[in-house]
Amino acid sequence: MQDFGAAFGEAFRLVASLDPDLVEIVGLSLRVSVSAVLAAALIGLPLGAALAVARFPGRGVAMVALNSLMGLPPVVVGLLIYLALSRAGPLGPLGLLYTPWAMILAQMVLVVPIIAAVTRQTVEDLKDEYEEQLRVLGVGTAGMVATLLWDARFSLLTALLAGFGRAIAEVGAVIIVGGNIDHVTRVMTTAIALETSKGDLALALGLGLILLALAIGVNAAVMTLRRTAGHAAYG
Amino acid sequence: MRRLGLTLFTAATLLGSLAAAEAADRFITVQSTTSTQNSGLFEAILPTFTAKTGIEVRVVAVGTGQAIKNAANGDGDVLFVHAKAAEQKFVAEGGGVERFDVMYNDFVIVGPTTDPAQVAGGKDAIAALRAIAAAGAAFASRGDDSGTDKKEKSLWKAAGIDQAKASGGWYRETGSGMGATLNTAVGMDAYALTDRATWIAFKNRGDHAIVVEGDPTLFNQYGVILVSPTRHPHVKAADGQAFVDWLLSDEGQAAINAYQIDGQQLFYANAGT
Repeated sequence: MQDFGAAFGEAFRLVASLDPDLVEIVGLSLRVSVSAVLAAALIGLPLGAALAVARFPGRGVAMVALNSLMGLPPVVVGLLIYLALSRAGPLGPLGLLYTPWAMILAQMVLVVPIIAAVTRQTVEDLKDEYEEQLRVLGVGTAGMVATLLWDARFSLLTALLAGFGRAIAEVGAVIIVGGNIDHVTRVMTTAIALETSKGDLALALGLGLILLALAIGVNAAVMTLRRTAGHAAYG
Repeated sequence: MRRLGLTLFTAATLLGSLAAAEAADRFITVQSTTSTQNSGLFEAILPTFTAKTGIEVRVVAVGTGQAIKNAANGDGDVLFVHAKAAEQKFVAEGGGVERFDVMYNDFVIVGPTTDPAQVAGGKDAIAALRAIAAAGAAFASRGDDSGTDKKEKSLWKAAGIDQAKASGGWYRETGSGMGATLNTAVGMDAYALTDRATWIAFKNRGDHAIVVEGDPTLFNQYGVILVSPTRHPHVKAADGQAFVDWLLSDEGQAAINAYQIDGQQLFYANAGT
């Protein structure tokens, strides 16, 4: 398998030469996935915390549903978003199909359950510790959701990272709703799929190595941030 | 709270930059096939058209079956595929304005150099398929209702072989694109039907080579159709028509003929013949 050696060579060549196409693709990958994770966080964090704090009939069912949705196949999500955004679909007039917006939407749908489920568990653990104190202080449910979310903020970074990992790595959804259009909706994963289908396995694997490096970079940056901010907050 | 503000600001900036990228000028969306994209044809000829007209061409490359379906939903301005019967049906049903021949190449059967079915060097595709079936030699099929898949199914039918019965045995349907199917064929020493352009541009050939070519029945015609603006009012009819006209013009036809890989011409322009 000389492909492995060639893959490292390709990866190095692309990075060293700052290949303009590569820069564009990496930039779009990050913009789409980071946007999707931030949008998903706006929904997933309060949703997960509310599920952890509130008591209502059907809560168990909701939790099982949420945990199961973490396993949503990207290709199914892609298909659903395609049917919704297609010109023949209900949201067709918006003209969002084959744009980065459609990709953000698809990845957001994939990421919300992950953020919400991890948040639910994290906040619930914290709640068991602090619930009585907060109740004594007369804090209501909404207040408790906010307080616990804020208290768990550093642990919740893991939820966001898990969501980011899912978003940046998936190909099934974005290739359907984005169309893998050169210079418009081509991201790292769809470029890898394309090069594989051209039989250029070394280039495909090289792109894969760069994607991996990117994920490591993002995770390391968040960890550093967490450590620094954690020290500042807790001394 | 300041941090939250910063996060929201970052998010807004990110989304804003996306919006800016979105606001790109004139463009049309073309539903096309993997063979035209994987062979590099579009990258070679589209810049000329864009430079001349200022119209950017966004290509969505999927199998012919899916491309026609997407176009029927109105998710494209132009359809550029290779399955004449299905294209004519698409126009007859009102999905497209008119179908034009653009170019052709041919299909070839590729296989391992060990050639278990002894078909190498043949010019008769039907005879080769019969030999492959008789030998029970592995054959990798697209199995995805693409133009190539439709062609392959018609060849089996002409050979009088019910290959579907052997599905999962020597007949293996990958259900994926041409490149993925070729990767599979190379991996499992299987024969496969492919368009010549994809094969010439394909880099992971392993020990595979063309075993059957030159049979008139392997002719592969590409057609172009403007998606009906009557049915789908949002279709960019003028810009889409400009692209169709350019493909059929002397300049477009010459650009198609000029595209080569390793000195081999991949497509032969034949508009208006």
